[in-house]
Amino acid sequence: MGYIIQVIVDALSLGSLYALAALGIGLLFGVLRLINFAHGDFITLGAYALIVPAYGPDAIRFIADFHPVALIICTILVVVAIALLSELLVFRPLRYASAATLMVGSFALSFVIQNLIIMIYSGRPKSLNLWSDLTAIKFDVGGVDIALLPLLIIGVTMVLMVLLVLFLKHTPWGVQMRAAAEDFKMARMLGVRANFVISLAFVLSGALAAVVSLLFEAQLGILMFRMGTPLMVFAFIATVIGGMGSLVGSVVGGMSVGIVSSILQAGLPSEIRGYRDVFVFGLVILVLLLRPQGIVLSRATRERV
Amino acid sequence: MTANIESGKRRRPSPFNYTIEAKSPAMLTLRAWWPPILWSIVLLLIVVIVMGLGNATLHKTLTDALIKLMVVVGLFVFIGNSGILSFGHIGFMMIGAYAAAWQTCCPKTKKLFIPGLPDYLLTHQFPFMVSVIVSGLLAAFIALIAGSVLMRLSGIAASIGTFAFLMVMYAFYLRWDPWTRGASTMTGLPVHTDSWVMLGFCVVVMFGAFVYARSRYGLSAKASRDDEVASKAAGVNVVGQRLLSFVVSAFIVGMAGALFGHFLGILTVDSFGLPYTFITLSMLVVGGMQSLSGAVLGAIVISTLFEALRQLEIGFNIGGSLVALPGGGREVGIGILMLVILIFRRNGLTANQEVYWPFRGDAMAKTAMSRRS
Repeated sequence: MGYIIQVIVDALSLGSLYALAALGIGLLFGVLRLINFAHGDFITLGAYALIVPAYGPDAIRFIADFHPVALIICTILVVVAIALLSELLVFRPLRYASAATLMVGSFALSFVIQNLIIMIYSGRPKSLNLWSDLTAIKFDVGGVDIALLPLLIIGVTMVLMVLLVLFLKHTPWGVQMRAAAEDFKMARMLGVRANFVISLAFVLSGALAAVVSLLFEAQLGILMFRMGTPLMVFAFIATVIGGMGSLVGSVVGGMSVGIVSSILQAGLPSEIRGYRDVFVFGLVILVLLLRPQGIVLSRATRERV
Repeated sequence: MTANIESGKRRRPSPFNYTIEAKSPAMLTLRAWWPPILWSIVLLLIVVIVMGLGNATLHKTLTDALIKLMVVVGLFVFIGNSGILSFGHIGFMMIGAYAAAWQTCCPKTKKLFIPGLPDYLLTHQFPFMVSVIVSGLLAAFIALIAGSVLMRLSGIAASIGTFAFLMVMYAFYLRWDPWTRGASTMTGLPVHTDSWVMLGFCVVVMFGAFVYARSRYGLSAKASRDDEVASKAAGVNVVGQRLLSFVVSAFIVGMAGALFGHFLGILTVDSFGLPYTFITLSMLVVGGMQSLSGAVLGAIVISTLFEALRQLEIGFNIGGSLVALPGGGREVGIGILMLVILIFRRNGLTANQEVYWPFRGDAMAKTAMSRRS
């Protein structure tokens, strides 16, 4: 019983991280039709923002020593600033390019960010404990110790999703964003400012990336210049099988990818457990075949003749 | 008709404005085959010059660049003709590379590193050329199986499908210890690939890709790329044509993988991951993904930039002091240059067109094409 609870908590917390990262990718895809490969690097940058930019082998704590509230705000500000900067320098000039060009542009951006991190911080992993209390505090549930952190990850994800839904449904800016995601041209004709809406999408996406980076760093305890990439890969897959352009789809996709890989990790016999990713991605292909438009349909993906 | 086009054109004055009329059969043949002929000459010149310099490091860089070029041409056969962005082709490269190792490593090494092979492979050793072709065929066969599933998808779902395929193959080879040595390095491949071998393969592959793109199969695939519904209505078997281009391109990329194995002499699963995928894809997009010239030019330009920036990273003397880029600076530079090219040339350096300057008929056709679009 306890083991099952452990698996459920792990599955949900992993799924939550994927869902948050997928939301960041999905928001941009909705408005801009951009698959942002640099999203993983936004996450990495959020974690690296916690330390002093220095080449040495040790992590010198900087933002990491702030009061938690200040820490969260500062990290979000840093990542949002980077997201906005990349919009301005890279994605605005590329706005009317084809999807492939945009995608390769975001890859080039990711390449630049990763190597800037190597240049400034060096490529060696650095250990950095963030909020170590969170993993130390444990609850006894059904005979198993469950740490606070996974529960916190699930909780934060829930709260952020509710906030995002409220923002999108009940504020004028949110309505504009949804209109732009539905039909960008029409929205512009009705007075939605393109630059504003796209910048807003980048701000939200950056803020989500910052939150993911803090939660992920608290869980990992180590800084690596490619730490965001696996999250990006799974989030990207999640956005697609959830249904590109649908935010509910991103969340559903992220949750299902996280839950499926946790369950496979726990459930596969040990001799084939190493092949877990083969099964996960095999399932992705299966879902694509059965529902090429994704689990949740959105207007953006429906093909028109 | 001629007068009409001549009078209506507002071409920019260019240094290549003179044209050669193609009248004799020889000239007509030359004209028909111009893009692969031109690029073969360019590659030959590059190889001759680099070999003439006699710098061993530079020679290795060139061979590596030519392998990438072959992969990019392979990518072009699928992406350029079918219009589906594929992230999965480096998986075929990996299949080809390991298949070559199974064939050409000496039996002793094979028993030591990859004892899981069937007896026939374990005890026999095959010649280099045979192994390259067979490796390509194996990649093509896997592409036939995977493609018959994946090509049913279209657009972005198909791209993600190929991405998932790469991840499946990568994760599988990483764990398949008895055949691949898993996460450790597989050594002992004989080193056969040099710049001349690669030049030969690149030329053959460029001609092959050109013939395919001009054949009825290539044209059908292009029709499905430009308008899926209309091409279906006109009787194009969209799934079948896509599958064919997928298989052909996997064959090329698989052979490139085998050559890659025989170039380094060692193999790790890790070298066939996302970074290699992205580098080759960027070459294609930077050059212009819908033309052979774009694929070749993109590979040449990005490889040259890489090498130039590598020289900067080593450093050079300015007034007696050594100036060098810091570590990672080369990649930052190449990324920024790629972005600049993408921003200013959205359809790639060749704007998705083949290179056609010296012939009168083609110059006219080009004007007509640019007017239409």
